[in-house]
Amino acid sequence: MRFILRRTAFYAFTAWAAITINFFLPRMMKGDPVSAYLQKNQGRISPEAIDSLRTLFGLDSTKSLLEQYIDYWQLLLSGDLGRSFSKGLAPVTDVIASAIPWTIGLVGLATVLSFALGTAIGGLIGWRRGSRADAIVPVATFFSTVPYFWMGLIAIAVFSTTLGWFPASHAYDKGTQPGFSLEFAGQVIQHGFLPALTLVIGSLGGWILGMRNMMITVLDEDYVTVAQAKGLRPVRVLINYAARNASLPQLSSFAMSLGFIVGGTLVMELVFSYPGAGKLLLDATTAKDYPLMQGLFLVITLAVLVANIIADVAYAILDPRTRQMEA
Amino acid sequence: MTTLEFRDVTKKYRVRGSGELIALDKVNFTLTSGRTIALVGQSGSGKSTIAKILTQLERVSSGQVLLDGTPIPTWGRPLRRYRQTVRMVFQDPFASLNPYHTIRHHIERPLRLDRVVPADQVEEEVFRLLNRVRLSPEQTIDRRPHELSGGQRQRVAIARALASRPALLIADEPVSMLDVSIRLEVLNLLAELQREANLGVLYITHDLATARHFSDEIMVLHHGKVVEHGPSDDVILHPTHPYTLALRDASPDPEKHFAASTTIPGATT
Amino acid sequence: MTHKRNAFGRLGQTFAMFRNGKSVAGLSILGAFCLVAIFGDWIAPYGPLDKDFTALRQAPSWVHWLGTTHMGEDVLSQIIYGTRGVLVVGFTAGVIATFIAVGIGVTAGYVTGWRSESLSALTNVFLVIPGLPLIIIIASQYENPSLLLISSVLAITGWAWGGRVLRAQTMSLRNRDFIQAARANGEPLYRIIAVEMLPNLTAIIASSFVGTVIAAVLGLTTLAFIGVIPITNLNWGTILFWAQQNGAFPDFWWWYVPAGLCIALLGMALSLINFGIDEYVNPRLRSAGERARAMRKKGFVLSDRVTAVRPRATDDDSTRQ
Repeated sequence: MRFILRRTAFYAFTAWAAITINFFLPRMMKGDPVSAYLQKNQGRISPEAIDSLRTLFGLDSTKSLLEQYIDYWQLLLSGDLGRSFSKGLAPVTDVIASAIPWTIGLVGLATVLSFALGTAIGGLIGWRRGSRADAIVPVATFFSTVPYFWMGLIAIAVFSTTLGWFPASHAYDKGTQPGFSLEFAGQVIQHGFLPALTLVIGSLGGWILGMRNMMITVLDEDYVTVAQAKGLRPVRVLINYAARNASLPQLSSFAMSLGFIVGGTLVMELVFSYPGAGKLLLDATTAKDYPLMQGLFLVITLAVLVANIIADVAYAILDPRTRQMEA
Repeated sequence: MTTLEFRDVTKKYRVRGSGELIALDKVNFTLTSGRTIALVGQSGSGKSTIAKILTQLERVSSGQVLLDGTPIPTWGRPLRRYRQTVRMVFQDPFASLNPYHTIRHHIERPLRLDRVVPADQVEEEVFRLLNRVRLSPEQTIDRRPHELSGGQRQRVAIARALASRPALLIADEPVSMLDVSIRLEVLNLLAELQREANLGVLYITHDLATARHFSDEIMVLHHGKVVEHGPSDDVILHPTHPYTLALRDASPDPEKHFAASTTIPGATT
Repeated sequence: MTHKRNAFGRLGQTFAMFRNGKSVAGLSILGAFCLVAIFGDWIAPYGPLDKDFTALRQAPSWVHWLGTTHMGEDVLSQIIYGTRGVLVVGFTAGVIATFIAVGIGVTAGYVTGWRSESLSALTNVFLVIPGLPLIIIIASQYENPSLLLISSVLAITGWAWGGRVLRAQTMSLRNRDFIQAARANGEPLYRIIAVEMLPNLTAIIASSFVGTVIAAVLGLTTLAFIGVIPITNLNWGTILFWAQQNGAFPDFWWWYVPAGLCIALLGMALSLINFGIDEYVNPRLRSAGERARAMRKKGFVLSDRVTAVRPRATDDDSTRQ
């Protein structure tokens, strides 16, 4: 119970911190690009939209900072993140909502795949320590220190430009209407394969290494020795005794690394022109679309928080100690 | 002549989920220079809590600790001056010396901190202290703890405790982590130093035999309470509390066969 | 005489964590890069932006070892000059991040109660907030961010992991007897932390430093590639930025392969140093492989630690226990 309370407090605090950072970011900005934009586009924006933009970017110089802060919260709670300058003044929430599913679908899949695969390989290498499988470690390390965008570009150069196996960009063929057809699904898989593959290869090394090191440490524990001495089959010892305990720290570092994963996907979406949240953020930066930038940062941070909560729940289910505490 | 008095000292710890743990319950005793009190009890009886309060690593919950009649200070310069008077030798010589630093550092620090001798005489004083604990200064001064044996390390810890010339010394099970063969040597050294410097020693132990041999008084602690306190021989020969009796009978006596296994009331392990 | 030995002994102890094959290999590669960065002006055959319009997009040759760009610039010279930018930003960010991590992590580990909890919450917030998007947003608000600003932002988003590890380690240190002894001796707080604790944390501090440098190098090159930091700051990322902008992919491999490999090689070197430190801190990692290999040579099943009886390969009586 205590555990749940503490975690809840932590998430509430982090969410509050992220939102507050978001509140102060534009207020530290030099110059005033937003009011310049508003001036240029007078008449095209409705008065309510101008009001919310003023609140978001701290243009109400008549109000105190505290009042601005309260207004800002009210705006957020009503789901208003302002209007996007570069997308024809569409509401920022709508723009983000159209991009998010692509990111979550592709990146979520690639991340879970990479985590599962890396943990399995790492566990096996740790179990058969000293064998030829150790050679995987330096290879995996190399791929995790290669800059992701470079690997992506080379993958495009080899597999799509030269060999022509996969399309080089976008989430589906141009001119196709998104829909629930078999053809469309096939296109999505074809377009998503290369980005997913590079994401998995790029992040695999960390999981392999972390699991291998935990496994080696756990294998020295007495309960593993006892399990072997009892004559249990090696596979059972490996899975039920060693891997189960070794993978717990993996899970918590999984939660903690989500923030980094988001960074990686951003670059992936740039390289593959994938229409997700990361690409949107980069486009917003180049177009100096401040409302969209702000809204995206907020949404990305909250998404990472939600993923953290999921990882926490998974941890609680797998770790009997936390389960007992709740009972 | 220095006197340290515990007056109705009580120490409670807050324990998560289960309320309070009373580690010390109205403990009274007086330690004076030149005398040795043995503090005997099982693990968890509150012995270490007394040591921590004396060194002010912990504060009392209620009651008073008086040094020469005045309450001991709790912070700042007065606290440092108090700490100069009361020093402690820890139980585990493998843990009480910083693995990163040389023996010189360990003994030099209190000398410099309390300005026991002028700066240019510090080295000389370190040599003198090492000689006093029967260590060869030339061979030990620039070594690190891991290069010394357990007995040698405990001597270093004793030298460190004596460096600021305290009036009172707390020895928290000083030999329990050492090889049996060198325990007596270290205890004899402590006794000798005590006589030389007229120290008041609080000897914390669970070994009744050495307690009787090396101390003037024995105080038995059980579940945070003093259940017996008196001159050493009286306590050993005529125990009044059943716990002391059990403790005495439980200590191995080579002349006695294992007739019946005695259980100590309240023993946890 | 004795003082001298003491000084060397201390130095030796401090660097013990680097005394293994992996760390030495990593440090050698890193050292080579540092030399290139320092003596770049002498090593580079051309200026990084010298244009030779008679030699555009040339493949490697004896004149241009790594070929030329679309403007006839020498790729090798650009890489040599770019080393400096990468290393300066990487190390500056590493130093700043390590200072923050040590300051907050060690304090959070030493103090107790709500002070420790709130510092820990702060660390966790920085762990959760996605770094790269934040950097991009901040960098996009400056026309011409300085190297120091870039390093600082990379450091601010990268210190939290080290801070977390240091807090845990300090918490286990603070209850050790030698720290209690220092407190009982009346050592002031700053001395307990700086003199008694920090030396025992050097391995973890070093590994968190190296970790942030890796992250900063990757972050910097990524930012340069995305184009949010000015192209006047020449580093390996800007080379890749130009290569991609000017259609180097896939045909002009000499333009983009070397810069990427350099980043990977530097990252590899830093990771090797960290593996070495890991094995120093957790000796099981080192001995595990050797022990298993030795066991297998004797004919034991390698994953089975309990096998104490040799398989009956021969009927030699001495093999039976």
